[in-house]
Amino acid sequence: MAPSESRVLSAPMKVEFDYTRSLGPVLSRFMSALAQQQVLGGVLADGRVVVPPPEFDPVTHAAVTELVPVSSAGVVQTWTWVTEPVKDQPLDRPFAFAHVLLDGSDAPILHAVSVDSPAAMSTGMRVKVRWADEPTGTIRDIAWFEPVGDEEPAPSASVETTGEPEITGIISPVNLEYMYAASPEESKFFRGLAEGRILGQRCPKCQKVYVPPRGACPVDGVPTAEEIELPDRGTVTTFCIVNVPFQGQKIPIPYVSAYVLLDGADIAFLHLILECDAADVRMGMRVEAVWKPREEWTTDLNNIKYFRPTGEPDAEYETYKQHL
Amino acid sequence: MRDVAVVAFSQRQMKEMDGSPTCVELLVPIFGELYEQTGWTKKDIDFWCSGSSDYLAGRSFSFVSAVDAIGALPPVMESHVEMDAAWALYEAWVKIQTGEIDTAAVYGFGKASAGVLRRTLSLQLDPYTVQPLWPDTVSLNGLQAREGLEKGLWDEKATAEVVARSMTDAAANEWAIRKGATSVDDVLAQPMYADPLRRWDIAPVSDGAAAIVIAAGDKAYEARETPAWITGFEHRIEPIALNARDLTTSTSTALAGRAAGTAGVDLAELHAPFSHQEIILREALGLASDVTVNPSGGALTANPMFTAGLNRIGEASRRIWAGESEKALAHSTSGPVLQQNLVCTLASKKGSN
Repeated sequence: MAPSESRVLSAPMKVEFDYTRSLGPVLSRFMSALAQQQVLGGVLADGRVVVPPPEFDPVTHAAVTELVPVSSAGVVQTWTWVTEPVKDQPLDRPFAFAHVLLDGSDAPILHAVSVDSPAAMSTGMRVKVRWADEPTGTIRDIAWFEPVGDEEPAPSASVETTGEPEITGIISPVNLEYMYAASPEESKFFRGLAEGRILGQRCPKCQKVYVPPRGACPVDGVPTAEEIELPDRGTVTTFCIVNVPFQGQKIPIPYVSAYVLLDGADIAFLHLILECDAADVRMGMRVEAVWKPREEWTTDLNNIKYFRPTGEPDAEYETYKQHL
Repeated sequence: MRDVAVVAFSQRQMKEMDGSPTCVELLVPIFGELYEQTGWTKKDIDFWCSGSSDYLAGRSFSFVSAVDAIGALPPVMESHVEMDAAWALYEAWVKIQTGEIDTAAVYGFGKASAGVLRRTLSLQLDPYTVQPLWPDTVSLNGLQAREGLEKGLWDEKATAEVVARSMTDAAANEWAIRKGATSVDDVLAQPMYADPLRRWDIAPVSDGAAAIVIAAGDKAYEARETPAWITGFEHRIEPIALNARDLTTSTSTALAGRAAGTAGVDLAELHAPFSHQEIILREALGLASDVTVNPSGGALTANPMFTAGLNRIGEASRRIWAGESEKALAHSTSGPVLQQNLVCTLASKKGSN
């Protein structure tokens, strides 16, 4: 998609984070048993056996303490056909999600059933666990369920539930993919940068000039329509000296991050101050943008590599004090 | 209890919004319409409350950026819930009941089209034994649909009737996304998508934003001659574990409905993102056959996350304002497979049920 054809700029974005979760006494035993190819159910106060075992009884709220082995085979109670699997589901080809009532339990477990087509699925059909090749001590140790052939007897559960559970935590990876769009105003700003221009917008009510433009004046809550082109020089209003190394750091420390108030703007924006000693940077210092070579310009704030001192006399405090 | 009424409502819904996940560009004109409807300005709003989730479009703290649309200088009193904005409205209503404030504006927003919604929603499931399977929301609701079908609680024709009526009614709703005169045969002629669901049984992925203004007592009359008075407002929740509840009924809806009071209701806006759920909800609420259901087309024709429930309250209020209903019921759902349910009843006359 050519960016110029759309009102807004957009780009793919990935968000990834792993949750490390500790397991309580109930789920530790459940996961440890799964790693040994055994399914445990929790015994509720009314005697019902529930898989996966809840940590607390849903009616009496007492802690569930008794876990019993159930069969790894059971009956499909209800199912949905997954025509278009999404990323990370148990199967990457069409399959069924189903509620499976394992023999010896009284409430169904949700999991995948591997068959070739919805015609091969039916409520009441018998299925059994297909174990993962490598145990991980997670619910994914059940790779999926598959139909039990007529000739095949349901496997019976072996019992070994004593001793300390080996699995006491799981890591749940989460990754999400988005098409991330800038607002129409932000898009104009970035397109301006690709032409070496810095575009802001003026609030029709309070007359303040915002850069980058924001779509609405945060003071008045009205759309900011009038476009203003700003010069690439301004005044340092406040700054900090970065002394702490961090992963991915590209600039040798110490260096300065500063709020630069462009001439004619009412809101400062954050950028780097280089080409001078960090110790010489001060409030009121006059600075100008240093751009990348024109042929490298894209719709990116990094077109401006950094700001550097102009050598002009410092701005009077009065000229920027209301912008701190 | 203080008498509180809905006095303004504005909405925007579309298949894909070409804008940022903060939805500021939707909220600014929406708030403009609220001011126009009430004759008020920002100064007349005592409290702001919103519903949204950053998981939808991947922008962190989007509700903080969305505050730009209010114009929060000088600062405003504000709160947020990561639920449908119908629950934000509940928070605002409770705050009015405390006597601390007299008016509130409540808004919801979301850009579900930015990600894979049915996958993203699996993150609301039990993180130990369920979420690691990434069960998509269409599949989970399909389990419920089949269970009802095979127990004989409804049949394919009944859900097709819900779809046909919703899409036909939605033709008159400028904000509906999937709409147009549709017959039961048209619906049944559609191929299966997630057996037992056809695509039309599933609400379309929708972007959007909406906002409502509520006000207490005489303040409500200041904003509108015929306010929609809230006569009951209740919500209930069920366990997150799908195997701990009977999926073919909605006990939380039944309890909320009973507490809110459904007697005399002549119109209902039900938040049913799947066609079979309208049948479950009608049953749970005990709605008589002559009650008009989802004249707007309902969530089946546009289901902006975090907004669709608030829209039900807004749509019901509009019917009261127009004199088309004397007592209306609005319902909102949140969480997986009708886990949490909210019922708000509205009437042209003051007084609780």
